[in-house]
Amino acid sequence: MTAQTSATSHLSPFPSHAPSPSYLSVRHTISSWLLTTDHKRIALLYMASITLFFFVGGAAATLMRLELLTPQGDLVTSETYNKLFTIHGVVMVWFFLIPSIPTVLGNFLLPMMIGARDVAFPKLNLVSWYLFMAGGACAVFSILTGGVDTGWTFYTPYSSTYANGHVIAMATGIFIAGFGSIATGLNFIVTTHTMRAPGMTWLRLPLFVWSLYTTSIILVLATPVLAITLALMALERAFGVGIFNPALGGDPLLFQHLFWFYSHPAVYIMILPGMGVVSELIPCFARKPIFGYHFIAYASVAIGVLGFLVWGHHMFVSSQSVYAGMIFSVLSFMVAIPSAIKVFNWTATLYKGSISFHTPMYYALGFVGLFTIGGLTGLFLAALAVDVHVHDTYFVIAHFHYIMVGGMVMAYLGGLHFWFPKISGRMYPEWIAKLAAVTIFAGFNLTFFPQFILGYLGMPRRYHVYAPEFQVLNVLSTAGASILALGYILPLIYLSWSWRYGRIAGPNPWRATGLEWTTASPPPKDNFETTPIVTEPPYQYDARAPELEPA
Amino acid sequence: MTSRAPTSLTNLINGLVLLALLALTIAVAYINLGPLNTVVAMAISGAKAALILLFFMQLRYSKPSVWIFAAAGFFWLAIMIAMALSDYLTRGWV
Amino acid sequence: MSAATLPVRFEHQFDDPAQQRHAATLGMWIFLATEILFFGAMFLGYTAYRVYYPQAFAEASRHTLIAFGATNTAVLLISSTVMAFAVGAAGRNKSRPLATLLFVAAALGATFLVIKGFEYSREIHEGLLPGRHFRIDVADRMHAEMFFYIYWVVTGVHALHVTIGVILIAFFGFRAWFTDAFRDHDTPIELLGLYWHFVDIVWVFLFPLLYMIDRHTS
Repeated sequence: MTAQTSATSHLSPFPSHAPSPSYLSVRHTISSWLLTTDHKRIALLYMASITLFFFVGGAAATLMRLELLTPQGDLVTSETYNKLFTIHGVVMVWFFLIPSIPTVLGNFLLPMMIGARDVAFPKLNLVSWYLFMAGGACAVFSILTGGVDTGWTFYTPYSSTYANGHVIAMATGIFIAGFGSIATGLNFIVTTHTMRAPGMTWLRLPLFVWSLYTTSIILVLATPVLAITLALMALERAFGVGIFNPALGGDPLLFQHLFWFYSHPAVYIMILPGMGVVSELIPCFARKPIFGYHFIAYASVAIGVLGFLVWGHHMFVSSQSVYAGMIFSVLSFMVAIPSAIKVFNWTATLYKGSISFHTPMYYALGFVGLFTIGGLTGLFLAALAVDVHVHDTYFVIAHFHYIMVGGMVMAYLGGLHFWFPKISGRMYPEWIAKLAAVTIFAGFNLTFFPQFILGYLGMPRRYHVYAPEFQVLNVLSTAGASILALGYILPLIYLSWSWRYGRIAGPNPWRATGLEWTTASPPPKDNFETTPIVTEPPYQYDARAPELEPA
Repeated sequence: MTSRAPTSLTNLINGLVLLALLALTIAVAYINLGPLNTVVAMAISGAKAALILLFFMQLRYSKPSVWIFAAAGFFWLAIMIAMALSDYLTRGWV
Repeated sequence: MSAATLPVRFEHQFDDPAQQRHAATLGMWIFLATEILFFGAMFLGYTAYRVYYPQAFAEASRHTLIAFGATNTAVLLISSTVMAFAVGAAGRNKSRPLATLLFVAAALGATFLVIKGFEYSREIHEGLLPGRHFRIDVADRMHAEMFFYIYWVVTGVHALHVTIGVILIAFFGFRAWFTDAFRDHDTPIELLGLYWHFVDIVWVFLFPLLYMIDRHTS
């Protein structure tokens, strides 16, 4: 027998056998990190990269908000401003939000949550990261050599004919990174189907796994369409022939159909993992089993499927057929239902729970409130007549930032804090973490709530100048953005500090349920000393775990 | 994973049937059936695809979970084309 | 009695060879689903413009070289059949027949590319490459050029997939001939077969859509 051939060969026949070294201490060389196939190390590689990209996208946003302090265009030219919002969108969407939870928390936790040693295709997992980095390099190259001013949506014929800048380099970067996402999604689907531990049936899976699974389905089915669409746009730009340019008999709406066929499901790629994290956090910090496990699991799948049927709501005023608009509008209302079901179930979980306010719970509760606001405003936008008024205004911007930043980023931070002890073996200091959470919540609302009002009053998006009567609200928004920025920098500091100097956490500081908490912190390379056998449903909080003691 | 596999005879017959369907495709193209030409052409292509999927790609011998994965791609493509057509076919109305 | 189809060796993250085989098969089918959507976007473009400009598309389609297209379709169908035989040989651990069949399948794939090459050069010569030198005697020249843009892109992307397939099949052929890489380990051959059959299916749909929109009018 050549390679390891037995599932039990790593088991010790002697109970007193010393535990395996943790995944962090197995080897320390650079190549052991850059050539790792351990899903946990790959998760950390991703964590470092997306943090970098987050601050690049954040820097662009900072410059934008500074410009918007005054109604005149006095900080940057209009062309530069256009490049800033394009960079902000491209980097935040493709190089931060889409990867974030799946590649960091998903990579780290999925195999552990199902009781496996690794994902199904560990080498492909590493290739995913390299594709992500190669795509990121192309995007950074595009930014450094002058940037792109088409908006993250690359609408034709502007992007394919008249735009100045390195559109093709940017599109290439997104194209390559897209294949990294497809590979990750493929890996997660196969892992979930084939590598669950004995007794881990589908309906005993943690809800985080359900959300990652649905996210992965969207990733593999939607991203290829984006890839070919960007390629066609780039070909049109490079060769002056194409299918999106009206001057050549083409239809710009064809680009929009293809682009949004991916990009609407993409927003569900971004939010579903966040919902999955919240479904883990709330039961733990309410000490109650999740209310309506089946509903939440099936709602995740429903969101994934219905999310593919609504893309035309981005095109209500594009000259798309009004009948198609009606169909897309109805479906967009329907897709809100499974999300609402989740919000009701989370709330019902809190009811008569024994709630403790640790930092992850701050983020989880913040998510529920802010996501609800963002989601409800989505219904405003789904109504055809209202959308005519608010399309391309700050109302839309506020809507999606409530979901993406108020929702997704807070879920990501909540998940990072919750699983930080598992990943690093150490605890972070609660007081500063809570301070950061509150700062982020306050800064976020101050930044984006005024934008709902601005949009409703008619301030258009993607302009570096605006009518003077909008200044007060813009100043409030920029003030909020500075507070928000401070809030984001704090975790960067204290989590880095805690990695080395934090209090040792132990296997299960939160007394949480879930297979990942049954193994050491940080976990050994193969996750478990012995393959777990599952005999219970998840979230058995009342049944076993006593009142949470203060960390 | 495959409890059975197609026999060599099955493969051979499948190949011959596919070539016969190709001949049919070409023959029908030269007959004027009006709008039905496209329908028939796609039906024959669909039949060829089904034969390749069932026998060469061994779907006939595979677990149901594999059928779902195989169907998902085609189903999603159908969604994309159908919903986009809801725009293209109705733009001229009103 | 069928010979062993499960590998003796398997990767550490799996518990047994059957799990690895199941995972690999599912993985390949998911990849093929992504390919359906990848090509599918071009099918949508084709559909949209054919619905809007049926006349231009029909007339443009008559300018495609049906002899080349039909021959190529037959070549790919035969290649798929040969590949199916190769998978069977792999399952029965017959490495020399396997290698031979793989080489034949690859050769047929290469034949497809050669015929396509001749076809492309004929079409360039006749002015059917979109761009500055495009010329065609069709009333709606703009949308005839649109048809050919789609034709060149989708057949080009398909040809790229054929090329990758030919290289991989030939490579596997060499491995089957000179090593025992596939003894009791036919999963890679089976998965490569899935890819190759998929490439064939794409062409099976492309052929009538591109070459035979309206052959019954002269």
